[in-house]
Amino acid sequence: MLKRVHFPSSPLPYLLVAPQLAITLIFFIWPASQAMYQSFLVEDPFGLGSEFVWFENFELLWGDQHYLDAFLRTAVFSVLVAALSMGSALLLAGFAQRVVRGAMFYRTMLIWPYAVAPVLAGALWVFMFNPTLGIFPYFLDFVGIDWNHYLNGGQAMSLVILAAAWKQVAYNFLFYLAAMQSIPNSVIEAAAIDGAGPGRRFWTIIFPLISPTTFFLLVINMVYAFFETFGIIHAVTQGGPGSSTTILVYKVFNDGFVGLDLGGSAAQSVVLMALVIVMTVVQFRYVERKVEY
Amino acid sequence: MAEIQLTDLTKSYGPTEVLHHVEGDIKDGEFIVIVGPSGCGKSTLLRMVAGLESVTSGEIRIGDRRVNELEPSARDIAMVFQNYALYPHMSVRENMAYGLKIRKLPKGEINRRVEEAADILEIHQYLDRKPRQLSGGQRQRVAMGRAIVRDPQVFLFDEPLSNLDAKLRVQMRLEIRKLQQRLGVTSIYVTHDQVEAMTLGDRLMVLNGGYVEQFGTPIELYDRPASVFVAGFIGSPAMNLLPAEAHSDGIVLPTGVKLAGAQTQSGSVLLGVRPEHLVPDQDGPIAIDVDMVEQLGANSLLHGTLSGTDHAMVASIPGHVATANGTQQRFSAAPEVLHLFSPETQKRLDA
Ligand SMILES: Nc1ncnc2c1ncn2[C@@H]1O[C@H](COP(=O)(O)OP(=O)(O)O)[C@@H](O)[C@H]1O
Ligand SMILES: [Mg+2]
Repeated sequence: MLKRVHFPSSPLPYLLVAPQLAITLIFFIWPASQAMYQSFLVEDPFGLGSEFVWFENFELLWGDQHYLDAFLRTAVFSVLVAALSMGSALLLAGFAQRVVRGAMFYRTMLIWPYAVAPVLAGALWVFMFNPTLGIFPYFLDFVGIDWNHYLNGGQAMSLVILAAAWKQVAYNFLFYLAAMQSIPNSVIEAAAIDGAGPGRRFWTIIFPLISPTTFFLLVINMVYAFFETFGIIHAVTQGGPGSSTTILVYKVFNDGFVGLDLGGSAAQSVVLMALVIVMTVVQFRYVERKVEY
Repeated sequence: MAEIQLTDLTKSYGPTEVLHHVEGDIKDGEFIVIVGPSGCGKSTLLRMVAGLESVTSGEIRIGDRRVNELEPSARDIAMVFQNYALYPHMSVRENMAYGLKIRKLPKGEINRRVEEAADILEIHQYLDRKPRQLSGGQRQRVAMGRAIVRDPQVFLFDEPLSNLDAKLRVQMRLEIRKLQQRLGVTSIYVTHDQVEAMTLGDRLMVLNGGYVEQFGTPIELYDRPASVFVAGFIGSPAMNLLPAEAHSDGIVLPTGVKLAGAQTQSGSVLLGVRPEHLVPDQDGPIAIDVDMVEQLGANSLLHGTLSGTDHAMVASIPGHVATANGTQQRFSAAPEVLHLFSPETQKRLDA
């Protein structure tokens, strides 16, 4: 029988969790419930009053071609960001494993981008790709590419994908490196003795063994691309040109704070909330599936 | 099948040399055991043969090829690791077939070899399981299976039994020995366990601190240990060692007693005599103050000190004894079972 540990009742535990509770309530629960509530309202054009309209805002969204376009755009954006950043991270982690001298330096350098704030990361890329001053447009000119992401929607999208992926590489790199290092060395050596070269070892041994990490990172990167890329987009393209880089989270901001359609914007953010909840549930359900040695 | 030659082999990690001028010729089909205490360089030596560690200087030849520069996969070897190193995401069958697939053997041939190895090792019913669903002993067999399907020139084992319980270890030891004799593949086996080494090896290479102390058959090592280290390492319980004085007509113990017998040596020596070579003898020259008796059933160990000194001594006597703690017992030892070592070089005297 288990003995129950009895603590004398004291306000201390409550005091200790109070700040965290307060933060959660003020910054998460309350705004979320506000958004939920707001998504059922329609403001009159002069902002003098609002009317309770049930699901009308949501119905309008499904009929709005701009919104559906943004949905598709977000899907493409997040898949490409996840693929690009995870792919690069995997490659870098694979190499980092083989680096013997200066390994610490190499790893530290790779982790740095993660410490850069999204808006600053965006600003860096804006500078590098500035059509008149930037270094990259200068080189791209030599291969016949006329770079101007202020005018060309495809280029603008490529740029935000690049910037967003770059910033996430460090995070993915750390997880991949840790996953690779948890594979016993002797397993890799056994494969080498069995005749597998570095490439085959990677694809038939290492990659399958780190698949739980890949899955975990996939969800994390999707969530990142959906939400945390706001700062980068805001700094680089502000959703433009036109709406070619307006992904869902940017549209929430644009419609709500620029277009002042508070009800519609709230409905959009409720949809986003639902999406992130789904992704988190998926993650929790499957992340338990680990490879055992 | 192949012979292996190690010539003046040295290994350094940075400035630290961990293996010093290792020499050894291994004959075709021989079972060689590399034995020594933990950290003496056994694994390093084995991994150099496997190609998993680079060679700092010297040469390794397998068959008629110099293999220093060859990748592990090009050396035609198979290795069994201490932690088995099975591929966790593959079934037992896939584990064994992996190397064969890479070699692009035809499907039928791969299947035939896997089935054959499974028969030999009696792991048929596990072929479709994952390694994590197997016990330690079964994983060990799969690791062996993965080695034998490859039909290599050389087997390398790095302490393959040390993760098993004592009983299974003895059983697997015999199986490995039988398997090796049946397949006739040249093998190098690393262990820190001297009993394992003595029972398995055709010849033993005793390593100590990166030096080869002795390379010979188990009986040679037992009968004529080349150094104090080998004398203490081979045989259980360990050989008794006493400082003594050699004269032309005998050896004087620290107690002043002389063990008669013509000697070619003279001067101070280390005298070694194995516990099982001390024979109880009422008038024997060697007196031991017994302070503990271990009854092992088949024999009894008397622990104590050489009377009048504080040199620890152990005697092993067949059968049961009724010796009380704190009594003095007398023993004698035949001249031919006495070993003499130089106190300076720790090497065997009398060659
Ligand atoms: N990668 C390494 N870098 C530096 N020193 C090492 C390395 N591997 C082994 N050593 C050293 O080499 C010596 C021999 O190691 P090892 O061959 O593993 O010993 P054993 O297998 O006999 O226990 C040890 O002193 C160990 O510290
Ligand atoms: Mg070792």
